[in-house]
Amino acid sequence: MSELSVKHLLGIKYLNKSDIQLIFETADHFKEVINRSIKKVPSLRDITIANIFFENSTRTKLSFELAEKRLSADVINFSAGQSSVKKGETLIDTVNNILSMKVDMVVMRHPNPGAGIFLSKHVNASIVNAGDGAHEHPTQALLDSYSIRERFGQVAGKNIVIVGDILHSRVALSNIFALKLQGANVKVCGPKTLMPKHIESLGVTVETNLRKALEWCDVANMLRVQNERMDMSYFPTTREYAQQFGVNKALLNSLDKEITIMHPGPINRGVEITSDVADSDQSIILNQVENGVAIRMAVIYLLASKIK
Amino acid sequence: MSQKVLLSSKEIQIILHRLACQLLESHLDFSNTVLIGLQPRGIFLAERLTKLLKEEYKVKHIDLGSLDITFYRDDFRRGEKPLEANKTNINFLVEDKKVVLIDDVLYTGRSIRAALTAIQSFGRPAEIELLTLIDRRFSRHLPIQPNYRGRQVDAINNEKVKVLWKENDGKDIIYLINK
Repeated sequence: MSELSVKHLLGIKYLNKSDIQLIFETADHFKEVINRSIKKVPSLRDITIANIFFENSTRTKLSFELAEKRLSADVINFSAGQSSVKKGETLIDTVNNILSMKVDMVVMRHPNPGAGIFLSKHVNASIVNAGDGAHEHPTQALLDSYSIRERFGQVAGKNIVIVGDILHSRVALSNIFALKLQGANVKVCGPKTLMPKHIESLGVTVETNLRKALEWCDVANMLRVQNERMDMSYFPTTREYAQQFGVNKALLNSLDKEITIMHPGPINRGVEITSDVADSDQSIILNQVENGVAIRMAVIYLLASKIK
Repeated sequence: MSQKVLLSSKEIQIILHRLACQLLESHLDFSNTVLIGLQPRGIFLAERLTKLLKEEYKVKHIDLGSLDITFYRDDFRRGEKPLEANKTNINFLVEDKKVVLIDDVLYTGRSIRAALTAIQSFGRPAEIELLTLIDRRFSRHLPIQPNYRGRQVDAINNEKVKVLWKENDGKDIIYLINK
């Protein structure tokens, strides 16, 4: 296998096991590249990439932009806030206008689930989904699995618990697909109100007691409480959430083994995890960010090699 | 398809000794020189020469690295098959060092062009030399010539030079294959 089975990266759901393997192996090479004194390769010097963000982002946008620049692609950035979208332009029109400036690839974040899939059917460019509503965030799931693989050597057979706002989280869904595909055991843990119905049908088990979940797992992926997506009250107070589903150092120390803590960012310090956990040796949060650039370089490189 | 033996195991052995001596002549104790094998096939030659220099010619220490040039190639998206990367392993700085690039076959020179760009990512070398086991004459696309060559051959375009190594392929032998 030296080629992806897909033309776009719309979600982990559309990938197979060897795609993930190929992305990881390619990312290994790019991780070596970004640790050189000159962190840039000329591979994509004839490719132009548009980063179109209809929703706020710091990490993902910076990470994609850096990945693109380290591959020597030309990059244009577009944020919906300052654009003609406000004047009523449709998504397809917006993107086709951008593409007529000879753009080869579009990295898009959009608040609506399925926006990337819709776009891939109507425009002639490679689409990379950088998060579509509460649906998928494939590069985040890839970098999460990659970080687990880096820490443990492999993902298969590891026990992973995803804690928090499962209902609104695209990170959770993509992670579940990615982890199951690679043969990990997955639990989800959070308040019942933030647990989607029928989540078990994805092959995960539900646990509402955080301590039990942590005792079971090798890795805990702590999700952010997405206040901006909550149109109603899902739990009484943030304080109560933090007490029941927040991880602090005392809780970690009381477990009989040392588990690894992950977080996709941005952290609400003191809510999902306390500062002493986020900054401890058990946390690989900053490794995740570093790996994010390597993973996105790999994804873009592999997709670009399919552009004819 | 027909093939003929270009160099036998014995001949390869003699040539390796000669190349080692030539390297020794211009680099003496290798204190300011690094050897870089080009992935994927140049690394066997680089390792063999390093071993020879250490064991037969008593060079105490040689910095040996491997360089992958996939991301620096000029034919990305132009071939049928996607390019697959290999491991780069350079654990030293090449800043102000004499670098000897080592590859098995020199053909169009495009790989070496890519390697010249790639090596710059690890610093600014004092000078760069090229060593190849087989130099296919009259087939260059770029003005690149080796400083050390094992054997020069005239091969036409539909012929292919195939270098086999004991470590990887079970025996040392070089074929000229007519496709």
